[in-house]
Amino acid sequence: MKKMNFHIVKREPMVWYKAVLVRAIAIIASLLVSAVVIMMLTSKNPIQIYSSMISGAFGSSLRIWSLFQNVAILLCIALALTPAFKMKFWNCGGEGQVLVSGLATTAVMMFLGDALPYPVLIIVMLAASVLAGIIWAVIPAIFKAKWNTNETLFTLMMNYVAIQLVAFFLKYFVKSGSGILTPMPEHGLPVLFGQSYLLNIIIVAVFTVLVYVYLKKTKHGYEISVVGESENTAKYIGINVPKVVIRTLVVSGALCGIAGLLLVGGTNHTISTTTVDGRGFTAIMVSWLAKFNPIYMVMTSFLIVFLQKGAGQVSTDFRLPSAISDIVTGIILFFIIGCEFFLQYKILSTKNRKEND
Amino acid sequence: MLAFLVSSIRLGMAFLFGSVGETITEKSGHLNLGIPGVMCVGASCGCFAEYLYLSKAGVNANYFLAVFIPIVATLFGGAVMGFIFSFLTVTLRANQNVTGLALTTFGVGVSDYMIAETGSIYSKGSRFFTTSLPFADDLGVVGEILFSHGILIYLAIIIALATAFVLSKTRIGLNLRAVGENPATADAAGINVSRYRYASTCIGCAIAGLGGLSFIMDYLNGNWEYCIDAIGWLAIALVIFTVWKPGLAIIGSIIFGALYIASSYITGVSFASKEIFKMLPYVVTIIVLVFTSIRDKKENQPPQSLGLPYFREER
Amino acid sequence: MSANAAIELKNISKYFGGNAANKNVNLTINRGEILSILGENGSGKTTLMNMIAGIYFPDEGQIFIDGKEAVIHSPKDAFRYKIGMIHQHFKLVDVFSATENIILGLSEKGRFDLKEAAQRVKEISDRYGFEIDPMKKIHEMSVSEKQTVEIIKVLYRGADILILDEPTAVLTPQETRKLFSVLRKMREDGKSIVIITHKLHEVLSLSDKVAVLRKGEYIGTVKTSETDEGQLTEMMVGKKVSLNIDRSEPKNCEERLVVRNLNCVDREGVKILNNVSFTAHSGEILGIAGIAGSGQRELLEAIAGLQKVNEGEILYNNPKTGACDNLRDKTPMQIRDLGVRLSFVPEDRLGMGLVGNMDIIDNMMLRSYKKGKSLFLERKGPRDLAEKIIKDLEVVTPDAKTPVRRLSGGNIQKILVGREIAASPTVLMAAYPVRGLDIGASYTIYNLLNKQKEKGVAVVFVGEDLDVLIELCDRIIVIGSGSITGEVDARTATKEEIGLLMTKSADSKGGQAK
Repeated sequence: MKKMNFHIVKREPMVWYKAVLVRAIAIIASLLVSAVVIMMLTSKNPIQIYSSMISGAFGSSLRIWSLFQNVAILLCIALALTPAFKMKFWNCGGEGQVLVSGLATTAVMMFLGDALPYPVLIIVMLAASVLAGIIWAVIPAIFKAKWNTNETLFTLMMNYVAIQLVAFFLKYFVKSGSGILTPMPEHGLPVLFGQSYLLNIIIVAVFTVLVYVYLKKTKHGYEISVVGESENTAKYIGINVPKVVIRTLVVSGALCGIAGLLLVGGTNHTISTTTVDGRGFTAIMVSWLAKFNPIYMVMTSFLIVFLQKGAGQVSTDFRLPSAISDIVTGIILFFIIGCEFFLQYKILSTKNRKEND
Repeated sequence: MLAFLVSSIRLGMAFLFGSVGETITEKSGHLNLGIPGVMCVGASCGCFAEYLYLSKAGVNANYFLAVFIPIVATLFGGAVMGFIFSFLTVTLRANQNVTGLALTTFGVGVSDYMIAETGSIYSKGSRFFTTSLPFADDLGVVGEILFSHGILIYLAIIIALATAFVLSKTRIGLNLRAVGENPATADAAGINVSRYRYASTCIGCAIAGLGGLSFIMDYLNGNWEYCIDAIGWLAIALVIFTVWKPGLAIIGSIIFGALYIASSYITGVSFASKEIFKMLPYVVTIIVLVFTSIRDKKENQPPQSLGLPYFREER
Repeated sequence: MSANAAIELKNISKYFGGNAANKNVNLTINRGEILSILGENGSGKTTLMNMIAGIYFPDEGQIFIDGKEAVIHSPKDAFRYKIGMIHQHFKLVDVFSATENIILGLSEKGRFDLKEAAQRVKEISDRYGFEIDPMKKIHEMSVSEKQTVEIIKVLYRGADILILDEPTAVLTPQETRKLFSVLRKMREDGKSIVIITHKLHEVLSLSDKVAVLRKGEYIGTVKTSETDEGQLTEMMVGKKVSLNIDRSEPKNCEERLVVRNLNCVDREGVKILNNVSFTAHSGEILGIAGIAGSGQRELLEAIAGLQKVNEGEILYNNPKTGACDNLRDKTPMQIRDLGVRLSFVPEDRLGMGLVGNMDIIDNMMLRSYKKGKSLFLERKGPRDLAEKIIKDLEVVTPDAKTPVRRLSGGNIQKILVGREIAASPTVLMAAYPVRGLDIGASYTIYNLLNKQKEKGVAVVFVGEDLDVLIELCDRIIVIGSGSITGEVDARTATKEEIGLLMTKSADSKGGQAK
């Protein structure tokens, strides 16, 4: 018979510095494992790998700008998804919601770019993008609210519908038939102080605060928490649950629309089926790891983008496929997900206890 | 038309492996959204093993080993992914959705890496997987539909039927279903919930991994050029579509296969419009999701504790 | 005496978080004997037994079985020692049949054969006089049938020591009598029976010995033949208490809430409320008695606007305006907008009445957050209310910012009831408001309800303990299988009378009670 010599008990909430320490250990451990994986593939020593990572993230002012730009976009999508998650609505459709709003932005830039005066164009881009995001998010929400249709799979499927829509758009409207749309920076969002990404970063910073306030200080935010914690309680106090679900997904979709606008209008100035590049999923992690707190999300998104950028640099420096950054991200996620356990539980050794007696 | 049906079956089996694997996992109460990643890793392991074997054996490669080695490697790769999922969700009590998505990120990374490193060089190995049964040609149309397929197709159907049998007719199946329905009850009855969840997730993921292998080696004839995560998501959707019944999944998977390839067989539409037709499987899945949720019948419900963690001493 | 001991516990302790659920408990269970474990709610009876059954593992102490130290890590280990526990909340898989549930988890040799197993189930049930259909699905069964399945499950595994956790909580007096006779038959068969209970009269009528726990500590064991209610109560509570509840005569009774011919069906279309009619008066406590799950919850939820009503009306006489409003098909919001001050303490405190993960302040806000036109929340009022309730009702909590989930059951209930009363209701509905509470907290709740009654509130009280119903309420209506089977005057009614009414409609199933 196997003898168990430890058991697990739930612990009192940890003091904050210990919690930070546990997470730091998890991140360091994940970096070690990632380095081992990369070493096996490249036979380079870990110091080279880490220095390559750091140079990839902070190596030049261009890289630093690109880092913060990517943090901004990822954070924006994570902010968009958070109200839905807080309501326990598993919106796995960030990818599709951002992509269709990007598509809407692209379409406006392409067809109205020359016809409208610039300020009007920007407003139309904004409206189109937000509207597209809302539509994509609210369709699953309506079915969830009315018939409790599984939103996880619904939103996932909507991602692929969006991808096909973009593929169709590119094949149909790109005259050359190459399926690649030439960027249109002339119709993009305004450039502040000569820094093309500055506006994106400012907008996302503003939205971070807004989402924080929305969730913590408003009646809407309160209703979202109640519905997420217990639908029965929500009904009991007279919250119209379907209404809250739909309203929250409108907010979520609108924010995805902003992300799409920033991604297409403020960054790429064009679109492809891979424009969002998995950020819709990574954003779920960002949000969840930050316990749905927008302020912590700044840190989690920064961490993940730093690692991805770093791993990207490693792949260039050592001639590895760029997919290495996804592998590293995956490994790091495993560790961070796993470390939450040590924040909530402690392991008691049965043996030790007997010796103490 | 015949070619369409045969292709549907070949592709359908990738879905079948995936959805049978996920069904086994879900019966234990685990909602594993990592199936796309599992299929990617399974395919990567299988393909890589085949590549190693063929480059070693050269022209002396024999059929049995050329098929057996990749299958074992795939099962192993899938099981490892299942183990990671179980370790995080059962032992470390992490959220199942988030763990699954992390698994997918990781798995997609692994397969993209493989594609970039080794490219689509698996066509040589693919020959072994598409070899049809010897008497297929003699039986005309019937032979073509029933016996012209590669080994994985038959394996998929055998596994689906065996799973259906185990779930409904054996003690292990009864215990597993109890774990997914009501883990506290199963625990009180002396069933080791953790062990069942570990085992079913590892076995389910191993089987789902074969779906990846089947997709690359059989359906794509070894020309692996793009990521196969979409297949994984559809496989998960298929589980709902077939109301957690592996037997039904055989038919469901062929329907999904047909929908997925329909765009290539539709004539008289423009190159661009074909992209619209490629939406078909996803749109149909959405319609099915909506339809099953509106009907909401008691016997077609998911295992009651699906997606919920179980810790005995939680208060 | 200890030569006959089946199980001996030595210095067993178990902690949850920082709280001791059991502390240094010593206990002996003998063969061929019925032992009652007596204690108030929260005294650690169930936790203690769960450690013998392998659900929990003791943090300290040892368990001896037949004189040898035993390590019981899982229910499976417990079965190896021939220990079986019947939990208060049945551990059955709803979609499985009785037989499937009974053989669940067994690793018998030989082929898996459901028919053969069903045959053995039948044999066992005949031997002890149970009535059960081995192929019936659990979700189609009555509570007492489910309990029978649980008992057979344990016997099927060859258990010699049976532990029953509050087995009579869900049974009618008649069913209880039947259960007791089965248990006595088992004792004659040489089995050890342990029943966990807090009902004194059951202890006295059934068991050979009584072991008393108080606040997690073992107080002592006495022979039933050598004790009486007074002594047991003293052991249980620590000091002599009077079981009397102050009951004033109803004053200024007006018809406040009139329910007429209410009919409801559940999700599957099965009728759960059948032509229910009654009137609740201001200034009185109306009790609702019935077997758990007879439609009490649906009735209250229908009045509160949470349950769809198929037929009938719910009339509310507004004391302020004198208007008579029909609340049927109105949402809780609409009911409030009508000026109806209806408070509702639901059965499921943390799942419905409160949000466990939110702090006390945010839980106060549940009822009031909508007030005002502002987009933003106003936390000042709720904070003051939280502080007031903590002070007035003596809620034990670190502060108002503590998530309610971390409080004890009694304190959670004080917060919920306190909030509902703070809305100064005209109708107050409370479903099982003292379930899981110790005697002190229970009395706090009774007093609160009594005070509301004296203020002229129409109080509707759904309870399970007939003794309490009889002492607290003015009138009692009895509900059986969704129908009102009778109404009694609480001052003159007996438990037997109410018990008969509880089963009345269940026996004449299908007969439309008009």
